[in-house]
Amino acid sequence: MFAYVVRRLWQTVPTLLGVVLLVFFLFNWVGGDPAYLLAGKISNPEQIENIRHQLGVDRPYYVQLWIFIQQIATGDFGESWSTNEKVSAIFATRLGPSLTVLVPLLTIDTLLAVAAAMLVAYVRGSLTDRMVMIGCTVGQSISILVYIIVFQYVLAYQLGWFPVQGWGGGFAENLLKYSLLPVIVGVIVSLAPDTRLFRTFFLDEINQDYVRTARAKGMSETRVMWVHVLRNAAIPIITHVMTQLPGLLAGAFLIERFFSIPGIGREVILAVERSDFPVIKAVTIYVAIATMIINLIADLLYRAVDPRVQLK
Amino acid sequence: MMQAALSIGARRAESAGLWILAWRRFRRDRVGLVSFLIVVFFFGLMAASGLHLIAADWSKEVGVNYAPPTFIWPAIPEGGPVAPVAPEPSRGESTGGPNPAGPGDTNIVDPLADVLAEIRAESGSASIAEAQAPTLVFGGDRWGRDVLKKTIKGTETSMFVGLVAAFLAAFLATVFGALAGYYGGWIDDFFNWFYSVFTSIPYLLLILAIAAVLNQKGTLTVILILGLTGWTGIFRLVRAEYLKHKVREYIQAADAIGASHARRMFVHILPNVSHVVLVQLSLYVVLFIKSEVVLSFLGFGVGVDTVSWGSMLNEAQSELILGYWWQLVAATIAMALLVTGFSLFTDALRDALDPKLK
Repeated sequence: MFAYVVRRLWQTVPTLLGVVLLVFFLFNWVGGDPAYLLAGKISNPEQIENIRHQLGVDRPYYVQLWIFIQQIATGDFGESWSTNEKVSAIFATRLGPSLTVLVPLLTIDTLLAVAAAMLVAYVRGSLTDRMVMIGCTVGQSISILVYIIVFQYVLAYQLGWFPVQGWGGGFAENLLKYSLLPVIVGVIVSLAPDTRLFRTFFLDEINQDYVRTARAKGMSETRVMWVHVLRNAAIPIITHVMTQLPGLLAGAFLIERFFSIPGIGREVILAVERSDFPVIKAVTIYVAIATMIINLIADLLYRAVDPRVQLK
Repeated sequence: MMQAALSIGARRAESAGLWILAWRRFRRDRVGLVSFLIVVFFFGLMAASGLHLIAADWSKEVGVNYAPPTFIWPAIPEGGPVAPVAPEPSRGESTGGPNPAGPGDTNIVDPLADVLAEIRAESGSASIAEAQAPTLVFGGDRWGRDVLKKTIKGTETSMFVGLVAAFLAAFLATVFGALAGYYGGWIDDFFNWFYSVFTSIPYLLLILAIAAVLNQKGTLTVILILGLTGWTGIFRLVRAEYLKHKVREYIQAADAIGASHARRMFVHILPNVSHVVLVQLSLYVVLFIKSEVVLSFLGFGVGVDTVSWGSMLNEAQSELILGYWWQLVAATIAMALLVTGFSLFTDALRDALDPKLK
């Protein structure tokens, strides 16, 4: 087990290096000279030379790459180009709001989707099943933008049930007042694709022999579904939920933007609008690292859920 | 590839090939057929719009500002307060004057917009004020442009971006997957490394990062961003298929008659895995259309002079607060129709090509 973890961590090194190279290539090569971005339209060559020196872009590429790696290791990406706020401070202050919205969103969505998928998989082929599936397909085909725009307009602006947007000071106020509508919209948007996906996981298991055996020995339907089928369908479900976890760190871009939630997703969009490279670089690298760690945790979780899984 | 598969089928005289069998299965699927027709209709719309046969004059300001759709006009003189539409009547009357066609007869009003547009085009800019129609078929936007034509033009942009980007992604994925799966060894390791690098950055974040770096709007930019980032999912499947096929007997036979590696990869194996690529391609068209809408909405997508569903939704956001809902509804319906049609078509296609799945 320990050896497995060490080996897996060792295997992530080349991938991490690849991500570093990719981000470096994008921002230091494709992105062009940041000095022109920073200096603005009116600038003299002297200013540009100054900025280039400050950023270190007048040095050879390998030196720049080394600086970048040092930045990643120390977590010090310097200051944002547009607000001069420390990048690490941006992370520290924006993560809370993102999680306040995303953790309830992901939890409620997963629980509802598992329940709905199990139900429709149980009555597969029936009218209910077909109606739910058609509803999911149609619901999925409408852009997330439309859901946000319409829900914000009807529920918040017209009916006044929720604040249209904003963010308060206290955690309780944020969670119970401002994050309610964003969570509702987020759950509605992700429920349709998740139900469809989880349904196929359940269907794969429901037709297995062990289910028939369990029924043959007189086990109650509740126990067959909730204990036998659910546990076996849990592996792909866990995989799916785990793949969404790194997104917690990246924030919910659109929802945060529409509801003016000061989270990381909104910060990324602002950074893209302002060509604020240090912020985007930092977010990309750290989310990639989180993805790799979460993948490792997912593999360990499989083992906990399914003893047959061999870690090698 | 299709011809290759068909000719193989023909040589064996009686036994039908993969594609003929698939077509037979597909024909029996009613939902699949209907969705296929929807997809064909949208393709026609895209082609007609692209060739400037329809909606070529979408940017002309043919109506009054925020002209309401013709079909809700009759309700206005009666003073029926239709909840979200309430603000328009007064605006429509004050700016456009009474409807010359008279209330209650929508069939006559429809062609009027076109006639007025023609008159306006002929008489030049002098008489713009009189020539602007008070209502348009599906309403007008802020500058009085016809929302229906805008939607058609937006359909062209969004579909074109989705299709070309999906083709680019599928092409890259097929080449990478073929090389990795066929050769194995360090080539496989390299592409797997490449794959894990791309997949360890969440999709939308990667797209936004590239958009930030390119800092350049335009249809081509969006296609490149989506196509260059979207190959990973298809790659994994194509690679797995190649791993499976390269050890089969027909490839040994091809080797025995002296077929080159490239020939074995792309002439012998590719037709046998192309159904996987085709289904994925069609899945990715939908994904990319959705992504394009989000990108364009955020302002990182198509240029300002191009209309897409995303840019329409962006305008619709502020219009909705003023009570002008038609642009939102038009773009939503068009997109929902195409995406639902395409998704159902993909499902039917998968069932037809791979009956074992059912």
